[in-house]
Amino acid sequence: MAEPVLEIDRLSISFFTRAGEIPAVMDFSCKVMPGQAMGLVGESGCGKSTVALAVMRDLPGVGRITNGSIRFEGRDMASLSDPELRAIRGSKIAMVYQEPMASLNPTMLIGRQLMEVPLIHDKVSKEEAHRRALDIVKAVRLPDPDRIMRAYPHQLSGGQQQRVVIAMALLSNPRLLILDEPTTALDVTVEAGIVALVKDLTARSGASSLFISHNLGLILETCDSVTVMYSGEAVETGRVRDVFGAVRHPYTQGLFRSMPLPGTNKNDNPLVPIPGQLPLPYERPQGCNFGPRCGYFVAGVCDRADVPMHEVAEGAGHMSRCLRVEAIDWSASAEKADQFKPVEIGPDVLEVDRLKKHYRVAASAIFAGKEGRAVKAVEDVSFSAREAEVLAIVGESGCGKSTLAKVLLGLETATEGLVVFDHEAIQNRPIERRPTGTISSIQMIFQNPFDTLNPSYSVGSQIIRTLERFRVGANDGERRETMLGLLDLVKLPRAFAHRSPRQLSGGQKQRIGVARAFAGRPRVIIADEPMSALDVSVQAAISELLMNLQRESKTTMVFISHDLSVVRYLADRTVVMYLGHIVEMGATAQIFSPPFHPYTEALLSAIPIADAKVKKRHVVLEGEIPSALSPPKGCPFQTRCGHKSQVPGNLCEREVPPAREVADGHTIKCHLPEETLRRMEPVFS
Amino acid sequence: MASFLARRLGVMLLTMLCLTLIVFYLVNLQPNLRKLAISQTEMHATDQELEGWLKKNGYRRPFFARYATWLGVWPREPIVDPATGAAIPRFSWCDEPTTPKLSGVLQGDFGCSTKFKVKVVEKLGPALEATGILMFWVMALMIPVALVVGVISGMREGSRTDRTLSVISIATTSTPEYVSGVVLTIIFATWLGWLNGSAAAATEGHLSFYNFTLPVVTVSIYGMGYVARMTRASMIEVMNAQYIRTARLKGLGFASIVLKHALRNALIAPFTVIMLLFPWLLTGVVIVEVMFRYQGFGQALVDAAGNNDIDLLLACSLVSVMLVLATQLISDVGYAWLNPRIRVH
Ligand SMILES: Nc1ncnc2c1ncn2[C@@H]1O[C@H](COP(=O)(O)OP(=O)(O)OP(=O)(O)O)[C@@H](O)[C@H]1O
Ligand code: SF4
Ligand code: SF4
Ligand SMILES: [Mg+2]
Repeated sequence: MAEPVLEIDRLSISFFTRAGEIPAVMDFSCKVMPGQAMGLVGESGCGKSTVALAVMRDLPGVGRITNGSIRFEGRDMASLSDPELRAIRGSKIAMVYQEPMASLNPTMLIGRQLMEVPLIHDKVSKEEAHRRALDIVKAVRLPDPDRIMRAYPHQLSGGQQQRVVIAMALLSNPRLLILDEPTTALDVTVEAGIVALVKDLTARSGASSLFISHNLGLILETCDSVTVMYSGEAVETGRVRDVFGAVRHPYTQGLFRSMPLPGTNKNDNPLVPIPGQLPLPYERPQGCNFGPRCGYFVAGVCDRADVPMHEVAEGAGHMSRCLRVEAIDWSASAEKADQFKPVEIGPDVLEVDRLKKHYRVAASAIFAGKEGRAVKAVEDVSFSAREAEVLAIVGESGCGKSTLAKVLLGLETATEGLVVFDHEAIQNRPIERRPTGTISSIQMIFQNPFDTLNPSYSVGSQIIRTLERFRVGANDGERRETMLGLLDLVKLPRAFAHRSPRQLSGGQKQRIGVARAFAGRPRVIIADEPMSALDVSVQAAISELLMNLQRESKTTMVFISHDLSVVRYLADRTVVMYLGHIVEMGATAQIFSPPFHPYTEALLSAIPIADAKVKKRHVVLEGEIPSALSPPKGCPFQTRCGHKSQVPGNLCEREVPPAREVADGHTIKCHLPEETLRRMEPVFS
Repeated sequence: MASFLARRLGVMLLTMLCLTLIVFYLVNLQPNLRKLAISQTEMHATDQELEGWLKKNGYRRPFFARYATWLGVWPREPIVDPATGAAIPRFSWCDEPTTPKLSGVLQGDFGCSTKFKVKVVEKLGPALEATGILMFWVMALMIPVALVVGVISGMREGSRTDRTLSVISIATTSTPEYVSGVVLTIIFATWLGWLNGSAAAATEGHLSFYNFTLPVVTVSIYGMGYVARMTRASMIEVMNAQYIRTARLKGLGFASIVLKHALRNALIAPFTVIMLLFPWLLTGVVIVEVMFRYQGFGQALVDAAGNNDIDLLLACSLVSVMLVLATQLISDVGYAWLNPRIRVH
């Protein structure tokens, strides 16, 4: 058998801070074989990046390897001298990071940053370095390579920057490529393009890779083996098909069950969140780290001593860090969480008609041109939201979802069109001029629970302030009771009323956000990506919470998201937006099966799905989302659409297509004839 | 770029117009005019005689007419002797046009200095040159030293070198010029006798290391610590940036990382500070010029203010304002040049 390219053996890493030693990684082992891709998956803070930096021998000053070894091509990395290390970095091991913008030098031309690699490692001439850099830019399929070479990083889009970083990493044909969440900052369709590119290029060059991600779906699509990390330890590892086919650790199982996979549904088959939270590094329990959150925990067995990794019966190299692998019945389905009857959908509550929102951007504050330019954030949007309904708005960054939310809330006023709430047009009424009743009836849950709480007040007093503003409760005592009731509602202990926001985890802060939004008994809740900043297991808990509250209070929820899996799971109806237009709208089931709008088709195909049984058709979009400053003529999607050639006479480039109803309540904005749309194949099978 | 510059220059001119108007108003307040009249007439002149002098010499013309004349957009009327009908100058030692014509700041006529009994231009020219020489040496000493100190301490944060240099920088910034000037003079001029405590000779063209070092060092030392601290902070930030990690993990050595990747990024912030430091150094220059008896712009300013020298004071203010605005413009343009993310249109 071949030698592994990278062999990490019983690695432990600690950070020595003023507060003491923080063990970040413990007893971590993994092997990457030649030409293979190893996935490293786990929730935020579990130590994935620390492992990656340790391999590069680039831990921050306070971090130290306390035990174990890292061998690259048979050599112990710890024994390398500085020059030897430099010779390996960037030539034999290369790295791609999460934030492409931050990892490129902002004041250096892309070309020069690329040329550096062959100049250092292969000692070639400038001309040769330039030629190689140009070749690699072409290989990562960047448009107009000559221009890219002469551009500064800020002149490229996020996806293009990431392609440059990948190009830089591949320039010297590395044996090992480390990718630390390479697509987390990118849109799904851009992510799909990058993932396809990495797979293709590594397959061609025969490089191995270590692919770090928090997304199991992405790992399934890209890797041969996978290691799941929990709280600094590897808890399960094995070939992707073994681990995804036959889970052998309760944490991995919990992750799968908390993901909105196809087949889950908010009414018949709800998600099962992992209870509790990730232990802090210095609060890890005795025995199994996962013990306090594990449903199979047995006192006296699981909490005795550290649990070692050990091979499980099925599948070669499949290992688990659970003592009770043999005792657990892995084929049993999850204990069914409560099932629900679908709620009755009521009459229209909120209506939006041909809404348009343009932002003027002035070239400069003083002596600006008269005209300025307009960012066409929302171009033509009409829909209505009904009582007790969850209406999802999906689309990628810049499609206008958040602007739409701001207009609904009164944080912005409309340029044209109507927003009708309770038979009253409110599109031109900023929030300061809305009556308290309207404000408390339309509430918001924000993406980032970290920014919306004032750090200097206790959580309870902030909720009480919200209640006062909405004139809920007759006196302080009553409001206090209501506040405590709200904490119960969002399933936080009442004692949390006295905590300051700093003392809460991300998920707990988001629960407070939910409590505040529900404080004024709203009729409409607008949730702008409420879960995208949270970890998978926390996402599940928040989405269950939101669905329960919404079900009970019959609130209308406008759920804004870029994550189609979540949308399929919880939305009754879905609106797909692209560049300020609604391109498709209908019941969620209609959106997920043909006929599709060509953009919806690509969007669906871009979602990574962590289920080996689901077969997916790949539709990779070329190019990037155009800027809202200069949207294309005609159909907004025409610059990237793969079906454009099926429409005769350049119609797509000339005219905005009309919204056509293809089934009851299902509209598609596309020039393609209805029969062609109907003949589209499903994305999933 | 050109239109950006044109726009900025426009704004600059407008600002200058407003500021000079205010200064013109303040300098020409009644008490100052009265003092001028007293100094220019016989002892014990009566109020009427004073008023007569002011009137005769045009100080009682409407405010805006006078401002416009000073500016050079309104013709200057010669003062005519009612007896002979011939034009006589305001001050005997200072020629002024004998026929009505535009003669103001725009034409290069800044008026007459009552203190030095010459035309303002004749006084201000050499003074500015002298200060220019001083500033040049200050910058030539201060900027390289400050940047080197800042970069060296910032490139390895927390090292012993960093801690030592930081203590020195803080000490120098917290010592004002009049203290450091005195201390340096006592040590190097009085005790050791290595350097001259007076730079008076330097003004007369005998500039030497011996007589010029103390003023230069005194002015530089104050700004030096400040710029060094800024550079250090900026360097630390850059050295912790992700793209520096990228460079490191590309296999670059420490020296190349600092020189090729960190330096330009780290200099963006201090560059702005240095340009904004120019006008601020002026105060230091004033103190040091007076302290070391160096006949420069600062000394002229002090003399003008102390002696109610209206025209000289106006000219000094104009120069100061111009300097402040010009450095701002340079700092904006330079910032855009160093930082490609800022695009000027
Ligand atoms: N410089 C540091 N000093 C102290 N502790 C650190 C430092 N860097 C990381 N840690 C701690 O080490 C642990 C692992 O961090 P790491 O960044 O490897 O997690 P991760 O799995 O990459 O998380 P994410 O998904 O958020 O990127 C965390 O508890 C973190 O707080
Ligand atoms: S060892 Fe026990 S507590 Fe830990 S994962 Fe297995 S069953 Fe759960
Ligand atoms: S209208 Fe044309 S370009 Fe637009 S989505 Fe339909 S086929 Fe594609
Ligand atoms: Mg990380």
